[in-house]
Amino acid sequence: MTDNSGTARSGGSSSSREGSGPGRVARSGPIPRSALAQRMSLLGWSLVLLPGAVLGAVLATLWITSISIVALGAGIPLTLLATVLVRWFADLHRRWAADRLGEPVPARPYQPTPDAGWPVRLWTILRDPATWRDWIWLVVNSITIWLSCGLSLLFFVFGVAYLSYPLIYQLTPSQVFRTPMGEGFRLHSVAQSFGLVPLGLVFLLLWYVTAVRLANLNARVIRALLGPTEQARLRARVQQLATSRAETVDTQAGELRRIERDLHDGAQARLVSLGMSLGLAEQLLPNDPQAVQQLLAEARESTSSALTELRDLVRGIHPPVLADRGLDGALKALALVNPIPITVVTRLPGRLPAPIESAAYFAVAEALSNAIKHAQAQQIRITVEFAPHRGGAAGELTMLVSDDGRGGASIDAGTGLRGIVRRLAPFDGTLTVDSPPGGPTEVRMSLPCVS
Amino acid sequence: MRIVIAEDLALLREGLIRILRANSFEVVEAVDNGPALIRSLTTHRPDVAIVDVRLPPTFTDEGLRSAIEARRQIPGLPIMVLSQYVEQIYARELMSDRAGAVGYLLKDRVTDVDQFVASVRQVATGSTVMDPDVVSALLTHRSTDPKLLELSPREHEVLTLMAEGRSNAAIAARMFVTEKTVSKHSNSIFTKLGLKPSEDDNRRILAVLAYLEG
Repeated sequence: MTDNSGTARSGGSSSSREGSGPGRVARSGPIPRSALAQRMSLLGWSLVLLPGAVLGAVLATLWITSISIVALGAGIPLTLLATVLVRWFADLHRRWAADRLGEPVPARPYQPTPDAGWPVRLWTILRDPATWRDWIWLVVNSITIWLSCGLSLLFFVFGVAYLSYPLIYQLTPSQVFRTPMGEGFRLHSVAQSFGLVPLGLVFLLLWYVTAVRLANLNARVIRALLGPTEQARLRARVQQLATSRAETVDTQAGELRRIERDLHDGAQARLVSLGMSLGLAEQLLPNDPQAVQQLLAEARESTSSALTELRDLVRGIHPPVLADRGLDGALKALALVNPIPITVVTRLPGRLPAPIESAAYFAVAEALSNAIKHAQAQQIRITVEFAPHRGGAAGELTMLVSDDGRGGASIDAGTGLRGIVRRLAPFDGTLTVDSPPGGPTEVRMSLPCVS
Repeated sequence: MRIVIAEDLALLREGLIRILRANSFEVVEAVDNGPALIRSLTTHRPDVAIVDVRLPPTFTDEGLRSAIEARRQIPGLPIMVLSQYVEQIYARELMSDRAGAVGYLLKDRVTDVDQFVASVRQVATGSTVMDPDVVSALLTHRSTDPKLLELSPREHEVLTLMAEGRSNAAIAARMFVTEKTVSKHSNSIFTKLGLKPSEDDNRRILAVLAYLEG
């Protein structure tokens, strides 16, 4: 790892790796809530989810009962009704789990129910694997919820109860709340009950420490059982690849057309013009040496213009400095030719694969020119960092372009950022913008590197 | 000689105007797009038009299509088409009315000013001028034709120059032989290819091109 930062900076790549864990979600969320408020909200959810799980068990029973009486006729409408309820219930949980884990809400996995007679609808529902996965989840959830949300609630209730045991002792009649830990341990006075207060603190601490984890555990169970199946994931992936391939092909064809146009109207025309000047000069040489001198000067000018245009074109295809010095050098060279002060910080393990380098370079270059064009920034900062996955050359390249300009940038606002999204898509790269009106703007791009 | 120019790149338009004026042509109008070209040709009816293949608004073969359209309205209107690339299919479309008075040259040829000016004059007088690149593509395309294989190397050379649109006199000058020798070669070529011989340069050229086009 070479730390090529232009300014002094502490912190290695290991600390930045944590950014890709679940903690990152909270950071990019709209308003960071205090830790206690978050736990209290999860506690509230437990009070909803636990009765919900009981309701779920009832639904599962209702559903399986309805199916078993399909032969009686009344079972068909009952099953359809139960299915609607189960799916609505599962959707609520999907949304909750996705929200908890900071992931996008997965698409509904159900096959569309045909607009046909009841038996046909029933058959479609019964053949749909998602139906059975829902049912399994209902059953599993009615047990596992007690190990996650239930445990968390228990910790809290015990904590509060033990902590306030002297008060409870005082306020309740002498027949109840005298054996806080079973028959073998009986309290005889208020003073004795104070001994339970530290235990209450321990339980509350336990609750505080485990609340988020247990809620996440519940969310993961939901995701595992209700999330998209491998097949659905593959289908979505194929769809995404087809879209990105079509866009790539379009972009490539557009690029080639642009290069052809640039050559035709640029360097090629300059060379023809150069030839014309020389040809005319040749013709005029015997009679009009003065005019010839003028023509030769024009010819020389045409040559340098042609060269400039060729250079610009080549730079637009693959900048020579990128080939020579890699991403690090190319970005520094890019920063030097811009009028706004630009800080470039790179942490890269030597050279990256050429296609990645090129995609990263043009993505940053476009984000930069976007910032210069629209943001009215005084300062721009480019941070490029490669974080290897554990044990291997593969990893993720993260590029940040931040400016102190007026903000308000969005992928849908102009073509600039949309173009970067298209450029990154073939590599499964992503782009997110954080740009409140008034600034500052941060464009975060990432490119997974496989080799 | 009155001339109309259609070229969208100002740099090349100015260069052409300068070369033509230096060679005592009268440039009556220089336009930069297809529709303006048709209008200009039908209003001015110049002795010859020099047209860039690629013109706005479509930036495709707008110039070529406009020229062909203008010739439909004014039959035999002499047109010299210039391009940064030559395509055989464009040459064929240009010559399709078999009326002559067309030229199709790479823009590079303009740099040989004397030769270019001579070609423009030739087109203006009803002859056909084809770029050597087009001719060699035609010959390559017909390289397995047994009749062409019967030609001697000298005859092959004469055929090539004829297809480019040169008169017997010009071919003679180019090959450092007498016009009579060229005439002998060309009679032999016409016999071997089974074409009707002609004393007229223009007809000879058209016949050869028509043969090569198949």
